[in-house]
Amino acid sequence: MLDLIPEGPPAGGQPEKDEESLISRGRYRRILLVAVLSVSLVAITPLLIMTGVNYYQYEQAFREEQTRPMVRFVANGRLALEAFLEERAAAMRFVARDRSHEELSDSVTLSTILEDMKASFGGFTDLGVLDAGGTQLSYAGPYQLEGRNYRDYPWFQEVTRQGTYVSEVFLGYRDFPHFVLALYREMGRGDGFVLRATVDTEYINRLVGGFLAQPGGDVFLVNEDGILQTPSRSYGGVLERARIPSLPYSPQAEVLEVDGRLVAYDQVRGSPFTLVMVSPEGALRSGGPALRRNLLVFLGVSVLLILGVVISGSTWMVGRAREADLARAAAYHKMEYQNKMAALGRLSAGVAHEINNPVAIITEKAGLLKDLLLLSETLPPKERMVDLVDSVLRSADRCGGITHRLLGFAKHMQVQTETIEPEQLLREVLGFLEKEAAYRDIKIEFDFPEDPPTIVSDRGQLQQVFLNIINNAFAAVDNGGRIQIGIIEVEGDAVAVWIQDDGVGIPEEHLAHIFDPFFSTKKGAGTGLGLSITYGIVQKLGGEISVQSEVGVGTRFIVTLPRGKAEM
Amino acid sequence: MESLRVLIVDDEEELVSALVERLNLRGFDARGVTAGVEALAFLEAQACDVVLLDMKMPGLGGLEVIRRIKDLDPSLEVILLTGHGSVKSIEEGMALGAFDYLMKPVKIDNLVRILTAAAGGKRPEATGGEGD
Repeated sequence: MLDLIPEGPPAGGQPEKDEESLISRGRYRRILLVAVLSVSLVAITPLLIMTGVNYYQYEQAFREEQTRPMVRFVANGRLALEAFLEERAAAMRFVARDRSHEELSDSVTLSTILEDMKASFGGFTDLGVLDAGGTQLSYAGPYQLEGRNYRDYPWFQEVTRQGTYVSEVFLGYRDFPHFVLALYREMGRGDGFVLRATVDTEYINRLVGGFLAQPGGDVFLVNEDGILQTPSRSYGGVLERARIPSLPYSPQAEVLEVDGRLVAYDQVRGSPFTLVMVSPEGALRSGGPALRRNLLVFLGVSVLLILGVVISGSTWMVGRAREADLARAAAYHKMEYQNKMAALGRLSAGVAHEINNPVAIITEKAGLLKDLLLLSETLPPKERMVDLVDSVLRSADRCGGITHRLLGFAKHMQVQTETIEPEQLLREVLGFLEKEAAYRDIKIEFDFPEDPPTIVSDRGQLQQVFLNIINNAFAAVDNGGRIQIGIIEVEGDAVAVWIQDDGVGIPEEHLAHIFDPFFSTKKGAGTGLGLSITYGIVQKLGGEISVQSEVGVGTRFIVTLPRGKAEM
Repeated sequence: MESLRVLIVDDEEELVSALVERLNLRGFDARGVTAGVEALAFLEAQACDVVLLDMKMPGLGGLEVIRRIKDLDPSLEVILLTGHGSVKSIEEGMALGAFDYLMKPVKIDNLVRILTAAAGGKRPEATGGEGD
C-alpha cells in the first residue's frame, strides 16, 4: 500500500521565490546601508554637537578676553577726559565767583586772568565775558570781539539754560582746531553773565594719544555726528567724518566688532565727545584660525575613525548574516530534497507491495494452470481453466487499477484550480490508506454534511495536505485506534476540514513549533518538513491551518479553505 | 515417506488456494487459511511441519502470529512471505525464529526447495531467498 507521497511545493512555487528575495544581494546592501547610516548618525551627531559647543564657548571666552581690557581702557580714558574738562571748568567757576562782574567786564583785568590761567592750566587761548543779553562786554585774546552779540548763537542759549557748555571742536579764524568752554554766573533778579573760554585741542590730543594701549590700534574722539574731534591714525583727520559705522548710544562703555577689529567707545559726560578705541587689525582673529584648524582636524580624524569602524564592522556582520542565511537556505534545500527522495522511496515501496500481491496471484494461478497442463495425464476441465484465467485477469485488473491511481495522482501534481468536492477528495486520499487501516485495525469515521460543499482550489496540493495530515494521524494512533474526518461549512464563505485522532497527542511545548521547518519529534525518523510544507501549501491556497491537541487524548487538525470562485 | 505438512497463511484467498493446489500437486500436504487467528486455531488442532506466513495481514499481523506460533511450538519452522522488502520487519521476523523469508511473487521451485530444507531441519546456505 502507499503510505506516503512526495512532499513539497512544486518547483517554481512561491516559497522559493520568497527565499530568493530573502537572500538576494540587494537586500543585504539595504541592510548594510541602514546599519551604517544609523550607527554613524548615532556616533557622529554627539561628536558634532560637542565640537560645535566647544568651539562656541572658546570663541566666547576668547572674545571676552579681548574686549574686557578695551572696555577698561576706554572707561578710564573717558574718566581722565572728564577730569580734564572739569578741571578747566572749575578754574573758570573760581574766576567767575572770585571776581565781581565789574572787574570781569574790564578787558585789562581779563587779560591778566587769562595769562594766569594759561600759566596754571594751559590750553586756554582766549577768554570773554558776555552779559545776559549776549553782548560781549570784555575780551582777552588774539581777536577784537568786544561789543559782538551772541544772543542768537546756539551755544549761548545752551549755556544760559544749563549753566555750563562744552562745544564741539571747530576751526577758528586762525585755522586750528579748538573748542569752547562756557559757564553762566547767576547774580539774582534774572541777571547774570557768561564766562567763555576757547581751549586749544592740542592738549586734549596729547591726552587722548596717551591712551593708546596697543601698537597698531587707534584712539580718538568723535562728536555725536561721528565727526572726528582729534586726529586718528587710520580713520581720517580732524573734522573729517570718521570711517567707522555710527556708534549706538550706550550709558556705559561698549564694544563693537567692526571688520575684524574691536571698537570700544564711551561717552564723555557733559560734552559732545565720545572716546573711541580701536584694536589692532587681526587681534580678534589671532586665536581663531588655529583653534578652528585644530578642531577640524580632530573632528575629521574622529569621523574617519568612526566611519571606518562602522563600515568595516557592519560589512563583516552583514556578510556573516548573509553567509548564515545562505547556509541555512542550502541546508533547507538539501533537507527538502532528501525529504522528497525519502518520500519517493516510501512511495516505491508502497507501490511494490501493492502490486506484488496481485502479481503473486497471477504467478501462482498461471503456474497452477501450467502444472495442471503438464502434471496431469488429461486436460483439466474447461471450467477449471476458465476459472484460473479469470483469476489471472482479475489480478491483472487490480494491477491496472493501482497504476491508474498512481498516474491520476501524479497528474494532479500540476498546479491547477478546479471545482472540488472536499468529501470526494478525502475519500480518494483515504483510498491510499485503506489497506494500512485494515492491517492496523484503525477505524475511520466520517462526519460529512448531507449536501456536500464544493470549493475551487488545487486538487493536487490539497491531496498532499490531507495525505500529510492523515499520515500523521496514522503515525499517532495505536493499532485499533480511531480517526475521525469531518467537513463543516464556515461563515465567511469557507469550508473547514477537520481530522481528529485518538493518538498520543502533542505536548503543549511542542504545539507552537509543529509548523516550523525542521521541527520533528520522531527522532531520526522524520525530516521535520512535512507539516511546515503542509502549512506553506495551505497558506498559498489562501486557507488556514490550526491544531488542537492534548497528550493522551488526541489531536485535531483543522484546515479552513476559502470556497473560491469558479473559473469562467 | 510421509508428505510434508505445510500451512499457508495469507489474506489473499486466491493466492492461498493456488499455492495449496500447486504444492499438493508436488506431493506436499498443503492447507491454507486467510487470517492469523485461523492459522493459530489450525495449529492448535492439527500437526504441521512448516508454516508459510504472510507478514502483512489485517487483524493479527505476521509478526504477532510467528510470536504465538513459537510460543506454541518452538520447533515448528516458519517461512516468511512479504510483498516488499521491509528490512525492519524481516529482521524482526528472523529474530523471532523464522527459518527464512521469501518475496512475492514466489518461484514454485524455490518454495519447494526451502520448504524441504525447513522440514529437514537444515537452514538454507544463504538467506535472502529472493523470488528467484
